[in-house]
Amino acid sequence: MKVVIIGNGISGITAARWIRKLSDHEITVISSETKYFYSRTALMYVYMGHMRAEDTQPYEPWFWSRNRIQLMEDHVETIDFENRELSLKSGKKAPYDKLILALGSKPNKFGWPGQDLKRVGGLYHWQDLENMEAHSAGLSRAVIVGGGLIGIEMAEMFRSRDIPVTMLVREESYWNNVLPPEESQMVSDHIRAHHIDLRLGVNLGEIIGNEQGQAMGVVVKETGERIDCGYVGLTAGVHPNIAFLKDQSLEIQKGILVNNNLETNISGVYAIGDCAQLREPREGRRSIEAVWYTGRMMGEVAAHNICGHVTEYDPGIWFNSAKFLDIEYQVYGTVLAKPPENHVSIFWQHEDNTKSIRLVFDQRTNEILGFNLMGVRFRHELCEKWLKEKTDIEEVLRSLPLANFDPEFSKQYEGELIRIYNAQFGKNITAKHKKRSLDRVLQFLKK
Amino acid sequence: MSLLQKIGLTLFLCALAIFTLTLGLNKFTLTSESLAVDKEVHRESIISMARDMGMLDKTYQNQFAFVSDLKKCIKASQLELSASYDNAEYKGSEWDYKIGDWAIKDYILPTVQKSGHGMVSDNKGLFLLLTFGLGILGGLIFILPKFMEQPGIKNDNIYHDPLTRGMNYNIRTGLLITSIIGILVYGIFYTSGNVLLPILSAIVILIIIGLVFIYQKEKNRKSPRSASAKVIGWLGLVAGIYLIIFYILLYWKPEYITNWMTIVDPVSEKLNGGAASQWFLYGLMYTVIVLVMGVRMISKYRHNRYQIIRTLSVMFFQTAIAFLLPEILTRLNYPYYDFKNIWPLNYTFFFDWNIKNLIASGGLGIFMLVWGIVLIVLAVPIITYFFGKRWYCSWVCGCGGLAETMGDPFRQLSDKSVRAWRFERWIIHAVLVFAVVMTLMVLYHYFTGRQQVLFLNSDSIRSWYGFLIGSAFAGVVGTGFYPLMGNRVWCRYGCPLAAYLGLVQRFKSRFRITTNGGQCISCGNCSTYCEMGIDVRHYAQRGQDIVRSSCVGCGVCAAVCPRGVLRLENASADVNQRTEDLRTVHIEDLINAQ
Repeated sequence: MKVVIIGNGISGITAARWIRKLSDHEITVISSETKYFYSRTALMYVYMGHMRAEDTQPYEPWFWSRNRIQLMEDHVETIDFENRELSLKSGKKAPYDKLILALGSKPNKFGWPGQDLKRVGGLYHWQDLENMEAHSAGLSRAVIVGGGLIGIEMAEMFRSRDIPVTMLVREESYWNNVLPPEESQMVSDHIRAHHIDLRLGVNLGEIIGNEQGQAMGVVVKETGERIDCGYVGLTAGVHPNIAFLKDQSLEIQKGILVNNNLETNISGVYAIGDCAQLREPREGRRSIEAVWYTGRMMGEVAAHNICGHVTEYDPGIWFNSAKFLDIEYQVYGTVLAKPPENHVSIFWQHEDNTKSIRLVFDQRTNEILGFNLMGVRFRHELCEKWLKEKTDIEEVLRSLPLANFDPEFSKQYEGELIRIYNAQFGKNITAKHKKRSLDRVLQFLKK
Repeated sequence: MSLLQKIGLTLFLCALAIFTLTLGLNKFTLTSESLAVDKEVHRESIISMARDMGMLDKTYQNQFAFVSDLKKCIKASQLELSASYDNAEYKGSEWDYKIGDWAIKDYILPTVQKSGHGMVSDNKGLFLLLTFGLGILGGLIFILPKFMEQPGIKNDNIYHDPLTRGMNYNIRTGLLITSIIGILVYGIFYTSGNVLLPILSAIVILIIIGLVFIYQKEKNRKSPRSASAKVIGWLGLVAGIYLIIFYILLYWKPEYITNWMTIVDPVSEKLNGGAASQWFLYGLMYTVIVLVMGVRMISKYRHNRYQIIRTLSVMFFQTAIAFLLPEILTRLNYPYYDFKNIWPLNYTFFFDWNIKNLIASGGLGIFMLVWGIVLIVLAVPIITYFFGKRWYCSWVCGCGGLAETMGDPFRQLSDKSVRAWRFERWIIHAVLVFAVVMTLMVLYHYFTGRQQVLFLNSDSIRSWYGFLIGSAFAGVVGTGFYPLMGNRVWCRYGCPLAAYLGLVQRFKSRFRITTNGGQCISCGNCSTYCEMGIDVRHYAQRGQDIVRSSCVGCGVCAAVCPRGVLRLENASADVNQRTEDLRTVHIEDLINAQ
């Protein structure tokens, strides 16, 4: 059987690897972005000089031929679903028996005047990186539009070369549609501590170009202020990269609609990763989740389905992570920026304003709902077990020091949360163990 | 770079330049007082020979011509004495009359040292300030402003910097092959034309290359990604060549660097009461570098207490245990002994002269002997069981200490390919076998008095080990290749103690690096900054704990991980199943069913 995968990002490649593990099918991966799979999340480190391009490739070049995964550097122009054949830019045709669409995303553009000028770009593809690199020499200032995870990465990239950065963020505080107010404030402060000119509550009006069609400044919508710059980064989110599939028999909305087995409406065609839109997402989850981890899980599920093991996509307990300049961020479970009344937080923040721990629980049932961590690392499996088992908040607090995943000799702050909980609710609980210990964790996880 | 840092860098470069130029600033004159030969027959012969050759009391402008004439002179004496021995009816032992080849080596260095005079000898204190003093000052001025920045990972622009970006694969391989061939060819001279061991070594090297390329099927693989096609870090190349030349002079031609020893004479006299040897010079430089670059390491990782404490530990062990204590012991007429240097890294431990020396030194000497054996037999397996080999390699060891301080800017240059890993395992275990065989032969000789086993001679084997592994591998390649192949070339490919510790760590230890569930984003920071060239990401992205014999537990992978995925941990509950879980596997039942 011929399996063709369009896209060599984490979803497509995970699918290819798992199909190879599970079967002897012929596998072809087509991508016009790069020859080899690289880690999209590491784009910033290449620009910053932490890594070389080849260091971002999780597998050595020989890996592909040894595992009989054929890589094609080409661009798919059209798909003939009826005859099961792809037309490629090179003029070649590629027939398939099963097709996996792992098309990824494209940066959002909201119709701003000047958005298609030169020296304007997002940060998603390898070509975006090359674009940034090409225009960085002698850059007097970069303006970044959008205050999400990619915006702050782009700011950090420019700052690594001492290029002044202005960030235009629509929200009143950094990423406050996701982060609770305290964490959002902490990150906003941290951004400014890194000498980034953070403008909150403002939108992009237009991008001004010169005669060569290059961006040379932006106008802030609210104030009319003009900011001169040599590069404009557009990081206001992404959308599924599916424009070329419109008006065909494939059902699409925002993304490609898939059932719980990740099959599209056309038999033998699957969609995974950023471009897939679940018809029936699990409770509390979005229908499109453009994150690394779900892409990886989807790749595995699609591979199983193609190899005859009918498997439902179950993303499990929500988790995610990021890094805001020097502050690491981890989240497990449900932590909402604007929580309903029954979601209660226990929140501790370090006086140095770079660390915090938030536990969210349901006041009606006392069960734990989520963990939000800034500058502190928690152990995934432990948090997941507590969340899965809907553990009582006091039980979680008593064992909380076990969850700590910070490097050895790091200070542990879990006791502070117990103290805060006791003060907040007039209780007197104590920790069973004050220190992390892998032995105890292993015992605990086996229970 | 701030102005202050530019000043610091300038001062450091000045110190380095002065240090290098110092080699040409003394004059040399052979006098009957400066000839460091105590055997009367030798002495008289060499002096008369020097007089005949017009060398005696002649002032040379630098050591190069001086050393060359001195060698000619002593060799001529050697010939003359050998020729006249049969007719001389000399009553004493043969080698009190004739000059042995080994004696020539022993005579030249101290004679050159004592014959030096002029600018450096007259201004030892000034030169000490202008080289070591200025270097330390410049280094600290460069480093200290880093404490003012925000704490956090500081790897910006490492791959843009011509010092730290590494070499492309061809240049790196070319330098490596040139070095190996050069060392083997020089080895033929070193063993005075005895080609057996150089040829045996060459055969072993070829077998290992064959095993990797043919038996392990690396032949058809493209050159690994560990060095990119385009990059040439020219400053790194310069630094590497400087270091290689430094080590060649230090180990094999110390008579050309006596001016450097002269500079540190005042320090040596204060510590052990004698003039500085090349080893004192090296020890002092080593310690100063570990201390200054240790401060840099702390500034870089000051958000991470594991790194701070670990760095303080290597700074302490280098300064107190490796450098000061042996000097003080020497001053008190006890044997020179580094309490943390363990066989087989300390390959001379079982040499007859060391054992005799320790036994002859009373209670403390016996204690040292027992201590050394306890370290090998008990401390290594037991402590490694509890904490992994890191307790030694990245907390105590001197080689590790240098790698973790001076070597830190180069850690990303280690080769992460599977090919390199294959080379690593063959080579390091071959060195371990070599060390064990060599030591067994030395002990056999010690206990039975017999030198020859089959076609091998214990004395030539041990001197060849010292040359090939102790000097060439550990020093010339081990440190000289920092800017070319990363800071752990010796520790990864060569150190027999690391091999021994690694076997314990791999098969019976509580230590592992745990992966935090499914949080890995495969970015590759961990692999890039692994100085041992472990592809950490390979394990992390499949949610597998990392158990590798080479891991020295420096903890930098965990420090640079942007998602908090890695943690160095010890646990006894699952010593034999440390790597079994694959936590990012999403569909567990099916995997288990397979």
